[in-house]
Amino acid sequence: MVRGLLFVLSAMAVMGLAFWAYQENYKTQEAQSEVRALQAQIGAAHSRLGMLRAEWAYLNRPDRLRELAELNFDRLELLPLMPEAFGRVDQVAYPLPDLLPITSPIELSSDGAILPAAPTATITDEDPL
Amino acid sequence: MIRSPLRPLARILKARDRGENPDAIARENLRLRHEAMRDKARQRAEGRLLILGLMFFCLFALIGTRMGVLASTEPQEPRQAAAGDPIIGQRADILDRNGRILATNLDTYSLYAQPPEMIEPERAARELAAIFPELSEARLLTDFTGARKFVWVRRQISPEQMQQVMDIGDPGLLFGPREMRLYPNGPIAAHILGGASFGREDVASAEVIGVAGVERQFDSYLRDPANQGAPLTLSIDLTVQAAMEEVLAGGMTLMNAKGAAGIIMDAQTGEILAMASLPDFDPNNRPAPLTTGDASDSPIFNRALQGVYELGSVFKIFAVAQALDMGLVNENTMIDTSGPMTWGRFRINDFHNYGPALSVMDVIVKSSNIGTARIALMFGVEAQKAFLGRLGLLVPTTVEMAEAPTGRPLVPRNWSELSMLTIAYGHGLSASPLHLAAAYATVTNGGTRIVPTLLRQDAPEQGERVISEAVSATVRAMLRQVVLRGTATLADVPGYEVGGKTGTADKPRPTGGYYDDKTIATFAGVFPVSDPRYVIVITLDEPVETSSAEARRTAGWTAVPVAAEVIRRCAPLLGLRPLVEPVAQISVTLASNPSDN
Repeated sequence: MVRGLLFVLSAMAVMGLAFWAYQENYKTQEAQSEVRALQAQIGAAHSRLGMLRAEWAYLNRPDRLRELAELNFDRLELLPLMPEAFGRVDQVAYPLPDLLPITSPIELSSDGAILPAAPTATITDEDPL
Repeated sequence: MIRSPLRPLARILKARDRGENPDAIARENLRLRHEAMRDKARQRAEGRLLILGLMFFCLFALIGTRMGVLASTEPQEPRQAAAGDPIIGQRADILDRNGRILATNLDTYSLYAQPPEMIEPERAARELAAIFPELSEARLLTDFTGARKFVWVRRQISPEQMQQVMDIGDPGLLFGPREMRLYPNGPIAAHILGGASFGREDVASAEVIGVAGVERQFDSYLRDPANQGAPLTLSIDLTVQAAMEEVLAGGMTLMNAKGAAGIIMDAQTGEILAMASLPDFDPNNRPAPLTTGDASDSPIFNRALQGVYELGSVFKIFAVAQALDMGLVNENTMIDTSGPMTWGRFRINDFHNYGPALSVMDVIVKSSNIGTARIALMFGVEAQKAFLGRLGLLVPTTVEMAEAPTGRPLVPRNWSELSMLTIAYGHGLSASPLHLAAAYATVTNGGTRIVPTLLRQDAPEQGERVISEAVSATVRAMLRQVVLRGTATLADVPGYEVGGKTGTADKPRPTGGYYDDKTIATFAGVFPVSDPRYVIVITLDEPVETSSAEARRTAGWTAVPVAAEVIRRCAPLLGLRPLVEPVAQISVTLASNPSDN
């Protein structure tokens, strides 16, 4: 009785393992063909990337950019970078500080009227460089 | 199991009755039993041997079959292994210092024909000749109708041309993949890159090999699959190179020069940021070298590296630097400049007469040949030779280009005292502009030896000390004075504290002696003087400045304005912001015409 049960169980185990191995085999083959496809894709992408990089370099070659800058001077007004183009940090204005919140408002007869334009800071440029 | 007894009672009793020995029965039975046991053991052993034999047979059969399978199947790349970079088979790219592409590859196709497969050779030849104007129809027809089985038509064709050839529709016209070297910037940095061509060729692929310049020098590196396609990064800055070539080309036209060369070098690391030689060429279509005549007339001749010239007065600073470093003079020592100075039958003259004596500073500022020759007399032949050797002016440069060994300086075979005097002011020793740039970097950067390089460096070069730091500072001050009040006043670019020296040398005739109306004009300088960052050398071949009635050929009127424009354009591109220079005290300044010898 016990022997018969053992026999049936082991036969079922063998069948189960065979089924598992069969599935794994097909999964592996599928994964391999996917890897092949991906590698072909990567190769194609690399060659396309190389082509695009070459094209980018060709379109951005200094001679062409210079010609384009000259052709479109009316619109862009691009000049070669000259020493005068360098500025100094202190030529850049600090951002204006935010106004403090009004804690004790005063009643005015003009309340609700449109505010005049706020005074803007004038940036004086003393350094010629 | 039922064992038969050895002494069965019935037989024993019967035997006893007959008076026989009952032991005989027992022995007989024992013998029979032993025989049966032996037979059984043999049978079992034979069975085991059979099984064992079967097992061995199966094993050998398995191994044999596997070996046969391995031997007979096509080799296949293991696909399961992780994917590497699939383009490592390609020649690596060449980049500039900021990663912009100087040379890359392009997949194109080659066109070949198999005449036996062709259906209408006449029509194919006619239409091919229409697509490719440089092919001759008659020649193609001879090839297609002759006995040949295989004909190369074109090495490289563009996709559009490929489509046109496909439209012919002849099955005998076939395409093979070709990898082509592309220089997207055209003639910019042409001499540095060199060029590439095909080596061994096959229908399926062709080997791309470098034929000159960096491509040839690093050919094995660029082709080595072990580098995994890692690009080669040069020290060149593409933007600076392009700007310098533009300015140089303009200057060459304005000054009616035959050729020009320019170098910008980092004074601390020896990195060449830009090196140009005009006229230039397109490396995508490299011209063949000249087989007759002067090699330097060909556009592929690199004047900056291969052109060795007597560079003239730019050499004076080396004699003065040496005398300063040896402690023989200081910048205020008065030197006798009364001329002409005679040495044997040879007379040394100055461009103007500078009076009886000048300080060492003024010898450089006014560029006095006599003064420099007298300074050279103080240290002698051997010391001069050793010093110029330490500056690297006596051997070819070791810059990473295939042509570097051809830029061999011409030194006098017999280094006499007269040679010493002439070399002190830049005649009698021919060197290339690149030699000059490296030597200027050495004497101005604080005094350590600079070896020029085309590869990007990450740290300053720690060369051997050639002159002391204090002498280097004095040299820079002298070069600054040359620009402020000497022969190179046109080189004063506001904000960049340019210091430099001019040199004008008459070109030697091939037949001996010197031309009167052909010069090599050179400006070699450093900027900014207070913190030497870059060295610039500009050389013009046979310039004539014709804006005034008198044709002017001196460097002060030709090379210097070009150099100033190069600095004005390139220094901002190098990220160098102009300095605010202290305003000179108001006083009467003597204006002097830039001129030198």
